[in-house]
Amino acid sequence: MIDASSIIDTLTPLVPGASYEVGRSVDFATIYVPARHLVATCKALIEVPSLRFNVLIEITAADYLPREPRFEVVYHLLSIPTRQRLRLKVRVASTEVDGVVPTVQSVWPAAGWPEREVWDMFGIVFDGHGDLRRLLMPEDWEGHPARKDYPVQIRKAAQTYEPLEVTQDEFKANLERDRLRRAH
Amino acid sequence: MAELRTETMTVNMGPQHPSTHGVLRIILELDGETIQSARTTIGYLHTGIEKTAEQKKWQQVVPLVERMDYLAAQSNSLCYVLSVEKLLGLEMPQRVKDIRVLLAELQRLASHLVWIGTHAMEIGAVSMLFYAIRERELLMNINELIAGFRFFPSYFRVGGLREDLARGFHEAVNAFLDRFPKKIDEFEGLLTKNDMFLRRTEGVGVISQEDALAWGLVGPIARGSGSDYDVRKYFPYTGYETYDFKVPTATEGDVFARYRVRVAEMRESVKIARQAIQRITPSGAWACDDTRVVPPPKDKVYTEMEALIQHFLIYSQGFTVPAGEAYVPVEGPRGEHGVYIVSDGTNRPWRVKMRPPSFMAIQALPKIIEGGMIADVVAVIGSNDVVMGDCDR
Repeated sequence: MIDASSIIDTLTPLVPGASYEVGRSVDFATIYVPARHLVATCKALIEVPSLRFNVLIEITAADYLPREPRFEVVYHLLSIPTRQRLRLKVRVASTEVDGVVPTVQSVWPAAGWPEREVWDMFGIVFDGHGDLRRLLMPEDWEGHPARKDYPVQIRKAAQTYEPLEVTQDEFKANLERDRLRRAH
Repeated sequence: MAELRTETMTVNMGPQHPSTHGVLRIILELDGETIQSARTTIGYLHTGIEKTAEQKKWQQVVPLVERMDYLAAQSNSLCYVLSVEKLLGLEMPQRVKDIRVLLAELQRLASHLVWIGTHAMEIGAVSMLFYAIRERELLMNINELIAGFRFFPSYFRVGGLREDLARGFHEAVNAFLDRFPKKIDEFEGLLTKNDMFLRRTEGVGVISQEDALAWGLVGPIARGSGSDYDVRKYFPYTGYETYDFKVPTATEGDVFARYRVRVAEMRESVKIARQAIQRITPSGAWACDDTRVVPPPKDKVYTEMEALIQHFLIYSQGFTVPAGEAYVPVEGPRGEHGVYIVSDGTNRPWRVKMRPPSFMAIQALPKIIEGGMIADVVAVIGSNDVVMGDCDR
């Protein structure tokens, strides 16, 4: 098993200015990455031949209320060529200004939905994602349910809607707008 | 002469559609019969299991996680108990490990049987479903025998198993293992050289190995595209390194390649199950001997005060798990299953997060079906083997 400090030694010359930190773990190497160096770090992790973390297993987060910085975004990576696993962690504060993590979709396309899910569940904004819509919760849901200060048992009246009525022209305009949004 | 209409057509598929394996909604934009773009909507089956798990004691989470991927219940609970045991630092007796391997492989067979039945049915071979469900019934009977529950046995517990194997377990498993290889031959006789089946599956829904790995499709999908990644070989858990088996792969990356990989996997699972059942003695250790987690034997509870107190504590307050976090992956029927757990040192989990293989498979679905024909959507969904309970949790 590769240890975290040797990965940091490999990464430090490749990502100038980044300061990494070894995390405690019982299973595999864990590294804390500053949010602003995340994308450069991930690019290095996938490109360096001795690392080659080519599979993004999942992205999730944990809410450590009342600790500050409150959230940790967790990336589980897998390297098939070197048979290694790695956990990256990014600390995210609860304030709006710091509460932004850059998206890693440019490195692993698989990051799209997991990042959307983390936004849906925790409200952590992924900078540059472009499609942060509700994924698991209904589109008009308020709040982020996986946060620790979100109540567990809530009663919500069932929402009903009038049947949607659009004219032929409105229908076409909708499709066109949607197409433009996706092309963008 | 009237002008030809050349605009594209938008078709809504699902969420209530028999071929979406639950409640998946796909909005297809069609140019004739060719798919120009596809958008998927999930979340119809979201039940907040991960949030609910934070309110339960460690042992009470086992039945909850089994309800995520409801076709591979014991694969979910296996990775959950392995993660908790990793944090607790527990080592299982060999017999427990072997029973877990056996049940995990039987679970893989049960899941693949539903897959082969529904997948073949959706592309026209309707009778296949009945043959597959008939065999699965025998596996459900084995679950009923050991746990009294056919679908969600909750037989794996943190610290071992719920109880010792039932009488007649070996006979039931051996009878199934003797019967089943001939049935796989029958399935293959129906499908593998069937011209209709081949025309619907060969060259359809192709995904390259690079794309499969970039989209996180580790599991049978990547193995159908030439990757040999299998958690059981790369990161052996619960004693898989001591079993003799191969990892079937194919290189074409189409629906038929994934079919061949899964059928070959069924044969390998039978091989592993045979080795396991030979190692398992009819009675013996069924839990570890760590008194923090496993209650003392009943004769001690009735005769010793300390044992009674320990028994009472475990069943009323549960046990605490040292603060920390763990992620232990297992090779589920649909790919890499894993549970990321965070403990704050109390008797309830701070965070439980399942890594769902179906979630990734549905995310990559537009990538696979765009540019193909509308009739192939059903074949691709079937061959990706998605379960919406796993995807939405």
